Amino acid sequence: MINILFFAQLKELFGQASVELNIETPCTVAQIKQSLIHNHSAWAEQLNKPTIMCAVNQDMVADDHIVNANDEVAFFPPVTGG
Amino acid sequence: MNTAQPSISIKVQTDDFDVASEYAAMRTNNTQDGAIVFFSGLVREMNQGQGVTGLFLEHYPAMTEKSLHGIVEQACERWPLSKVRLIHRVGQLHVSDQIVFVAVSSAHREAAFDACHFIMDFLKKRAPFWKKETTTIGDRWVEALEKDKMALDKWNINDK
Repeated sequence: MINILFFAQLKELFGQASVELNIETPCTVAQIKQSLIHNHSAWAEQLNKPTIMCAVNQDMVADDHIVNANDEVAFFPPVTGG
Repeated sequence: MNTAQPSISIKVQTDDFDVASEYAAMRTNNTQDGAIVFFSGLVREMNQGQGVTGLFLEHYPAMTEKSLHGIVEQACERWPLSKVRLIHRVGQLHVSDQIVFVAVSSAHREAAFDACHFIMDFLKKRAPFWKKETTTIGDRWVEALEKDKMALDKWNINDK
């Protein structure tokens, strides 16, 4: 089980700040996206955007990053601070 | 190059900050530096074409300070800095409010100018903050700008 967090537009569009995903680990970030889309087809448009960012254990990672059980995974749109 | 570890202060807070006291803290117990450069960012009235009445800053609390520390550490590896102070506000802000403050000190001005610029460019691209504006035609999330992404290119770092 992996806990997945959403921020900003994703949190609003998905109507939730987090979701628990039942997926075999280790797996890649890309596999997590596919699994989320499989469970929630309405999320496909957002999660398939090439600009969507992912952090694992609070570090930015790419789609091929390996995720292990109990990692904290977060998806969010491009950041706009400063 | 510095032999001592740089002194780093990073704060993420809802409260406003006072530039004069931050500047004073940069000068305290500092006899080695010849240069302090600081940047402060403000909420503009016009952004991406609409009248802005307010701004809400969301962040990813567990990641925010870690990410800012990583950016400041990269700057410290690249330039001989002795002090860095960084403040980023979150929560509800209004037009003309201060959002962000970055100050760096070094023996010479070139390093201080460059390091301050580098920290702001990276913060805008890598730190997990999101702005939602209240405008005259409703609320909307601020879109990331291509120019902020391009701004990283000049620092010659492989950034995905």
